[in-house]
Amino acid sequence: MNSVAFAVIAIFTLVFAVAAATNPRLMHAALSFAVMFVGIAAFFFLLGAEFVGLVQIFVYVGAVAVLIVFTILLTRRDAEERHGFKWGGVVVAIGVFVGLVWAILKTNSLPTLPYLVKAVTVKEIGTTLMTQDVWPLMCVGVLLTAALIGALVLVMEDEP
Amino acid sequence: MRAEDVDQVFVHLKGWVLSFLVGHVPDWLVQIASSLLNIAMLLGVFLTLFALMSVFERKILGRIQNRYGPNRVGPFGLFQPVADGIKMLIKEDIVPARADKVVHFLAPIGMAAAAILALGVIPYGNNMTAFVIDGGILFFFAVGSTTELAVFMAGWGSNNKFSLLGAMRAIAQMISYELPLIITVLPVVMVVGSLNPDKIVHAQKYYHFGFVPNWFVLTPWGATAFILFFVSGLVESNRTPFDVPEGESEIVAGHMTEYSGFKYATFFMAEYLGMFAVSGLAVTLFLGGWHAPLPWLGFIPSYVWFFAKLSVLLFVFIWVRGTLPRIRVDHMMNFAWKFMLPMAFTCFVSAAVWHYNGRRLSGWLWSFAIIAIVYVTLSLLLDTRRKFAPRTYRFAE
Amino acid sequence: MIATLQIFLIISAALFSIGLLAALSRRHAIFILIGIEMMLAAANLNFIAFWQFSPVRAPQPVGVMFVIFTIAIAAAEAAVGLAMVIAVYRHFRTTNVDQLTRLKG
Repeated sequence: MNSVAFAVIAIFTLVFAVAAATNPRLMHAALSFAVMFVGIAAFFFLLGAEFVGLVQIFVYVGAVAVLIVFTILLTRRDAEERHGFKWGGVVVAIGVFVGLVWAILKTNSLPTLPYLVKAVTVKEIGTTLMTQDVWPLMCVGVLLTAALIGALVLVMEDEP
Repeated sequence: MRAEDVDQVFVHLKGWVLSFLVGHVPDWLVQIASSLLNIAMLLGVFLTLFALMSVFERKILGRIQNRYGPNRVGPFGLFQPVADGIKMLIKEDIVPARADKVVHFLAPIGMAAAAILALGVIPYGNNMTAFVIDGGILFFFAVGSTTELAVFMAGWGSNNKFSLLGAMRAIAQMISYELPLIITVLPVVMVVGSLNPDKIVHAQKYYHFGFVPNWFVLTPWGATAFILFFVSGLVESNRTPFDVPEGESEIVAGHMTEYSGFKYATFFMAEYLGMFAVSGLAVTLFLGGWHAPLPWLGFIPSYVWFFAKLSVLLFVFIWVRGTLPRIRVDHMMNFAWKFMLPMAFTCFVSAAVWHYNGRRLSGWLWSFAIIAIVYVTLSLLLDTRRKFAPRTYRFAE
Repeated sequence: MIATLQIFLIISAALFSIGLLAALSRRHAIFILIGIEMMLAAANLNFIAFWQFSPVRAPQPVGVMFVIFTIAIAAAEAAVGLAMVIAVYRHFRTTNVDQLTRLKG
């Protein structure tokens, strides 16, 4: 059953990722982007990291996607007109993909363990955040505050 | 028949149904059947509750406004939802010609799906949680936050000024009030030490002095957090007095302007289901979940207590709707950022003080003092009664 | 098909390439951001997959920690990036990165 679920989620995620990357209509692409993150969150659920999946949905679908659609709305005059599409990017992307797959298949040292979910509990994450990773946590707090202030300063209108 | 059997009757019923499958079909099929049973039960109960709520709301509102309310269809007008449903189903489904058809179609579905998913993690009784997950509270908010995108899709897909304005207003208020909503939950999570709704309910199981329930609403920080949570819940479910996004006298029906027939009914349903979800979470977090208010009333089944508490909260929702006028949109925003958010953080601090005083009377008094001081300071700072000035307008470019 | 580490890595590589495609080919500034977010998500998937399939179980969930911090930083990046898009749009009246050739406003 897990492999069926896996295949379904994989197809779902990749289809929406392609839609987000190539759909010429901005708003549809942004919404596909949001749906793609639901697929990635489902992967995290499959891999036993429920907390991360939920955070992913919370941050990306709830916040980042809303930010993106608002930005599209605020720059709407530009959204309608045609933007260019560089085919060079497609070549590079396919090249990178082929290279990565080749590297993955050639590597022998990868653990070939069977798929056994070892779920992580919220409590473990919380304990680690408050003991081992407390300094990174503080840094992220400062970074988020700085980003918040920076974003506000950037979009603030100049005084007339 | 013992009290526990009555309490667990639905759990046993489900086990009995599933026992026919065990051994005949593979295990994963049994799992799927179990989930489907949970979903069917959830939908059945809450759609019935939605139908009942729609008729009782109109009746109570009628009483508040000195009239009868619906009383034509069936006994006491109880079949009104059936008539409403048929009306909604046979109405023409109009899609605007210039609408973004796909987005327009998907918006109500996304909204209803989010509301139904959010209902899944609430414990409705002893062993009666549809979807047990370690981070249940986080799941609730993660799913709830996708509603914003659905609202935006409705506003954008309709290709209508009023829809877009309504959607913008709705998203602005939902984002603003999501912060107090989540931060008021944090003290409970902190005190219990778990994000799991079942554990939160379990932590409120005991009674002080043999009769005072250990509900979080009976502590100073809990009471404050409950009120803040309830007000934020009113906003999140777009209810009067915070129904600015669909203020019918200003912007027709907000993001739902271009919806008709069954899609409109879906929006309507999603809104009510969201209201049930927020009320259910408030019951779980602050009002002791499915525990009885007095120890000797424990023989009454747990789900009865849960739904009794839920009905009381829903009645308050209707009562507020019948009593208060709509708030102006800028007042609402000011209220969120200048009052609700600081108060929510105060609850957090106050809960910590309560906890580190050993959860005794001294902690109770200290946390009460903190909340009182912050409340008085904020109300002095935000008092605008004497500061009337000519209103200034700022128009969109 | 059994879900092994290799398959997760290939999915993640595909996601990364799609993100790269969006970042390189599309000329709209928002799409470049979307592409970067996709690449970060692919990296997150790799972290979780390696953590889940690692033969030695560390006492702390290191992969999960990495992903949580990555998500926080990606969110900050998205907020600042989109603010920049809006600021650029106000100034140049376009979001096409090919037309933003002047360093000075």
